[in-house]
Amino acid sequence: MDPMAAIKQTFFQECEEQLVELESGLLKMEDGDDDLETVNAVFRAVHSIKGGAGAFGFDELVEFVHVFETTLDLIRSSRLAATPAVTKTLLRASDILADLVRAAREGGSADATAVQVIADELNALLGGAPRGDEEDNTISVESLDFEPVTISLDSIFDVGEEEAPATQDFIVRFKPSAGLYAKANETLRLLRELGRLGETSVECDIGEIPLLTELDPEGAYLCWTIRLTTSVSEQQVREIFEFVEWDCELSVETADVGKLLEELQESLEPREAPAERAAVAITIAEPAEKSVAVAPEPQSGPATSEDHPAAGKAEAAKGEGSGAVQATIRVDLDRVDRLINLVGELVINQAMLSQRVSEAGLSRASSVVIGLDELEQLTRDIQDSVMAIRAQPVKPVFQRMSRTVREVASMTGKSVRLVMDGEATEVDKTVIERLTDPLTHMIRNAVDHGIEKAEDRVAAGKPEEGLLRLSATHRSGRIVIEVADDGAGINRARVRQIAISKGLIPAEANLTDDEVDNLIFLPGFSTASSVSNISGRGVGMDVVKRAIQALGGRISISSVPGRGSTFSMSLPLTLAVLDGMVVTVGGQTLVIPLTAIIETLQPKKESVHELGSGARVIATRNTFTPLIDVGAVLLYRDEPIDPTSQVALLVESESGAKCALLVDAIQGQRQVVIKSLETNYGHVHGIAAATILGDGRVALILDVDAIVARPRADMIVAELPAAAE
Amino acid sequence: MAETISRVATNEAKEFIAFHIGAQTFCIDIMAVREIRGWTPATPLPHAPSFVRGVINLRGAVLPVIDLATRLGLTQSEPTARHAVIVVQSAGQVAGLLVDAVSNILTLTPDAIQPTPEVASEIARTFVKGVVAAGDEMISVLTIQNLLPEPTLDAA
Repeated sequence: MDPMAAIKQTFFQECEEQLVELESGLLKMEDGDDDLETVNAVFRAVHSIKGGAGAFGFDELVEFVHVFETTLDLIRSSRLAATPAVTKTLLRASDILADLVRAAREGGSADATAVQVIADELNALLGGAPRGDEEDNTISVESLDFEPVTISLDSIFDVGEEEAPATQDFIVRFKPSAGLYAKANETLRLLRELGRLGETSVECDIGEIPLLTELDPEGAYLCWTIRLTTSVSEQQVREIFEFVEWDCELSVETADVGKLLEELQESLEPREAPAERAAVAITIAEPAEKSVAVAPEPQSGPATSEDHPAAGKAEAAKGEGSGAVQATIRVDLDRVDRLINLVGELVINQAMLSQRVSEAGLSRASSVVIGLDELEQLTRDIQDSVMAIRAQPVKPVFQRMSRTVREVASMTGKSVRLVMDGEATEVDKTVIERLTDPLTHMIRNAVDHGIEKAEDRVAAGKPEEGLLRLSATHRSGRIVIEVADDGAGINRARVRQIAISKGLIPAEANLTDDEVDNLIFLPGFSTASSVSNISGRGVGMDVVKRAIQALGGRISISSVPGRGSTFSMSLPLTLAVLDGMVVTVGGQTLVIPLTAIIETLQPKKESVHELGSGARVIATRNTFTPLIDVGAVLLYRDEPIDPTSQVALLVESESGAKCALLVDAIQGQRQVVIKSLETNYGHVHGIAAATILGDGRVALILDVDAIVARPRADMIVAELPAAAE
Repeated sequence: MAETISRVATNEAKEFIAFHIGAQTFCIDIMAVREIRGWTPATPLPHAPSFVRGVINLRGAVLPVIDLATRLGLTQSEPTARHAVIVVQSAGQVAGLLVDAVSNILTLTPDAIQPTPEVASEIARTFVKGVVAAGDEMISVLTIQNLLPEPTLDAA
């Protein structure tokens, strides 16, 4: 890869991060967070993208980002209030920005009209900033708690700039140290930057230059005093020196200290005075918030925390985000995977060693056994820590969902609020990557079909705005992700009717509510009577189910008519290890993934029936399930043996087909490290992968799907109770 | 293959590992050998060709073991702990070759390797690259590439 491409790649990686940062900041603002730090974070994100885009000459991108940035700058300097309408536009702008970044990376082009529409909207915000605020005063009285109420010094100075630029003088004293030059900074450039802010008069103090004999060629002896007449805030002046702060002596003072004091005084007085002056920029605050207005620390409006269960979380997250910036490094994924493999080997080796020691019959109190116990503990800690490297919070995926909700909601003309919970829950990177598609599909479904139209909601006595809750939690070694809507719930009568009309269930089938709900996961089922371009793409919930099962997860739905439905997915935390049932078949040890197993059975003579030549079925609670002798399928033995001497495991494949697998004996349940067979050998039918057991032997992991798929013959009808006469 | 031929053309000596299977002696290029270890019971693979003994654990990697006796059409003996597994690498694929015993290391110049005598056995023509006279013994030089199972063919 040429160096330029490598840098470009880094830029795009950073863009991804900035976009996440941007969106999370905007969402916070939408929730009424008016912290200046949040606005600054959003501004920084956009600014960084602009910088990089400019360097690489992505003109289209730069052009858009510039407008975006300018708008944000207005908000940052409190010249534009972040009303819900404004944040909505900004959020859409961030979506467009994401599209543009993707277009730049993939060399394509974004939807030009969409870009133009948003750019125009942003421009409208820019041009009409003062006027827009007046409008807001009249229309958004009820949403006043969203208004920024922070009065910072710069906002006072900036106030009313549009009509009468309030300029002031700064005295900037700047004395660079040698370190500044060593880091390739350039005084001239900084001075030029200052010059751009307003009128400057620069004096250079050369008094400290020593005699030539004593002069260190790499030393710094010059000191500048700049008098700057500008309309920008002190903070903006200081920002120019942001990157050299540590390598210089810098002082920025207003030339007229008296004037500053006066204005400070004013800001502390009853609100009317500054509000009058700032009529254009500062919207009227409620009396209750006056105390907030003068407090330096911004606070969320009181109304937000009540109906936002996530608000507390958001606060906490903010504290994390702005307080301690955690140091991170970029590491090649291959290296991490290699480390994980090595630790996997370590775990196996440690298990082998333990087994050898216990075989050697050493006393439990012997130092070897005690040392080994400690080693075991350590090994487990190392494994957990290494797995944690691959683990990532689900936040980025969740955030992408908020865009999906916005898009689908605007397409369907519904108003939907997405509440996220537990975004910090961590799960393996691969799981996260493969979670996006099914989750998007479910979210689309929930907004499109789950949540009713506004008028129906009002008629049902529900708030006009639909609520969609996306949550993630850790539960007993797995991650549980839930998508809950407060819509109409599943229309069971219709689901039933569709299932019957499509021949998925017999007409006389007697199903429980739960069974009816889960019919929507059957292949070939789609409830949308009119196929919309949102969720009707010829794929149904069965695709979602298959995707989740491919990850070793399970999905279920629960629904209350009129109150909404909840999809619940349970996924493994990592794909490197698997919970398996260790069984013996024909003298060989096999592992069957635990997620596929429904229950274990002891076949009785009377419950096993011959069906045709050689095929057998087993009756369990009036259902006939094909019986498969694993030993025979894997050619471990030629003759099928008596099922009653064996154990049957009732399994369900990803496609929902059920089967009973005959094995000789069950050894127990164990977590195993997954090893590929393909690396050195190739694919083996009926085998998903291999693993290494405590005794150092290789055990094969059964591919339940492949085993079940063989005799599958339209079992969906056969397995339902009603079909078993 | 092309690489092997070009190396044979140059006149430098190369090292080979010699081993026994039954009464016959074979050798392979030492550069392809990663290690030699004792036989440990392998886990049989379903639907595998008869010459694939199964898979073993090589420090965490799953390694197929090829029974060279069966592969070369010789009489197969039940492996014991005294049998050796030569771990070889070829084109990114790692596999173990089950042999009766490893005898020694030979240094051979390309001149010393004679072309395989014309015999009827197809197995000899497929796997034996040439023969070497060592005293009154004949050692067959094997090509590793052809010994390993084709991954694609094994997908049942």
